[in-house]
Amino acid sequence: MFSVELLLNALIAGLLLGGFYAAVSLGISVAFGLLDVVNIAHPAFIILGSYAAYVMNVSYGYDPIVTGLIFTPIFYLLGVIVYWIYYASFEKKGEDPLRGLVFFFGLLFIIEVSLLLKYGVDYRLVEAAYIGQSIRFKGIGIAMRLLVPCVVGVLMTLALSLFLSRSFYGRAIMGVSQDSLAIRLMGANPMRIKTIAFGVGIATASLAGALLIMIGPVEPSIGREYIGRVFAITVLGGMGSVAGTLLGGLVLGVVESLTSTFYGPSWSPAVSFGILLLALAVRPAGLLGR
Amino acid sequence: MKNKWLLALAIVIVLLGFALTRVVKNPYLYFASYVILQYIVLATAWNILGGYTGYVNFGTAAFFALGAYTSIFLIKAFAAPLPLLILAGGLVSGLLGLGIGYLTLRLRGVFFAIATLALAVVLQTMVINWQYVGGAKGINIIRPRAVLFFTSYVEFLFAVMVLLAVVAVAVAWWIEHSWIGRGLAAIRDNEEAAECMGVPTLKLKVFATTVSGFLMGVAGAPFPYYLTFVEPSSAFNLDYGVNSLAMPMIGGTTTWMGPVIGAVLLGTAQQVATVTISSALNLLIVGVVLVGFVILAPEGIVGLAKRLMRRRSA
Repeated sequence: MFSVELLLNALIAGLLLGGFYAAVSLGISVAFGLLDVVNIAHPAFIILGSYAAYVMNVSYGYDPIVTGLIFTPIFYLLGVIVYWIYYASFEKKGEDPLRGLVFFFGLLFIIEVSLLLKYGVDYRLVEAAYIGQSIRFKGIGIAMRLLVPCVVGVLMTLALSLFLSRSFYGRAIMGVSQDSLAIRLMGANPMRIKTIAFGVGIATASLAGALLIMIGPVEPSIGREYIGRVFAITVLGGMGSVAGTLLGGLVLGVVESLTSTFYGPSWSPAVSFGILLLALAVRPAGLLGR
Repeated sequence: MKNKWLLALAIVIVLLGFALTRVVKNPYLYFASYVILQYIVLATAWNILGGYTGYVNFGTAAFFALGAYTSIFLIKAFAAPLPLLILAGGLVSGLLGLGIGYLTLRLRGVFFAIATLALAVVLQTMVINWQYVGGAKGINIIRPRAVLFFTSYVEFLFAVMVLLAVVAVAVAWWIEHSWIGRGLAAIRDNEEAAECMGVPTLKLKVFATTVSGFLMGVAGAPFPYYLTFVEPSSAFNLDYGVNSLAMPMIGGTTTWMGPVIGAVLLGTAQQVATVTISSALNLLIVGVVLVGFVILAPEGIVGLAKRLMRRRSA
């Protein structure tokens, strides 16, 4: 049963999955890690991205990644609007963050059920020339439907990391995350910067959703599985650390892949949530925590 | 004096529930009312931890399903009677609540909420992989014959749920009006300050999580007999988590009345929507109403009513 080849295949599949998991978690890393906004609805936005990719693929034959890029500005605007509502209703009044959490929980439900009413419970998938193919090398198979999302995911992580550390607005976001009051004393408006940051976080959901539907078929409530994953990755990687998000994604991807290869796929959801519980209870600061 | 009246009211409600089964014979009425009553128990249980203490639990489904699966196990292994099932379901879920209570030592606020959500998925995965209670395929449960003087088993379940709902609300009422309730409110407002003032915060939190878990398990225990077919995805449905949190939020989280009002209003609306439109739409209603209330009326219906009364008297 156990063989080196099987182990190697599982490891590689896990690493590829991990790159994709990083892409899915970037939005949470920004919203929750940097801004302390518990956007539990982020997986729902990702599913929204998946359906955008699906609709454009079926109706116009667009490649999912192209759709993901086209829709990124639209998702950014969506994020800006959601943050405005959140800010005006909760943050401005200094309401306790738990009400905000409930707000996002409700939002998750609204998005999910709206998709359900429009597209039904059937699994949807996209088609592109490269999706079914795979590279074989000495008994090790690399499926393109895993490789492409991983590469795009790593690129997204890199881009976000450069944006936060090099650009003017990125540095402003890091500043707000470290000391919001100091930013205000410097004459800048923290709310404006936070709006941009939250918009960027939601914008990543467009591409992440396109990657998700490339990896496997998608139905509206599949986002629930990702709530645990994205928070596990964010907490594991260290809140708000983009490099940590990639690391957390890779760790989770490998552990899930190994579990699913050697114990069966039905155990793999328990892994991410189990790691999350463990991380929360033992080391809430994460692997690369501040 | 007021206590006696409320006790009398509780007894009258239970008797009315029993009397109803002698008069009305429409089985759908009992099917629908059972769900609403079940939500009264769940919402009240959620509120003991979420409303009084300020710890948000997303994992209601975990406690509910644990109660249901404890029943399934006992039915399969010993063919145990319903009262025993309810007690056992409550105890097992209460034990889980006890564990969650100690988790609050390390996890507060948002992290606690996420941990409860994680807990639900971990438990669901374990049940999916446990073949004895049906695994992922689910399991059929055969109802016993109608008991006592009830003509059908659904009527009996309905009467049992009426009793459980009254007990759950009575427990919430008692907590609210004792020193425990004041201690919990102190934790909700400022945990550090409460601890400094000598409030035994850990003991109280563990008490709240245990009682809350116990009641959720109690609500889940008769569930296998109600549906006669249980699968993990129905018992661990996230809908329980959303509903049991939305109902107190809509009704008002600071009094025992809030969850009851929320459960009756939202529960009825959902039942009507399920029959007349579609079951997906009723969830949309919950989502929209929840978001609307949390933004516009954070104190819920009870809070709104109080504000109106104050304005009138002033």
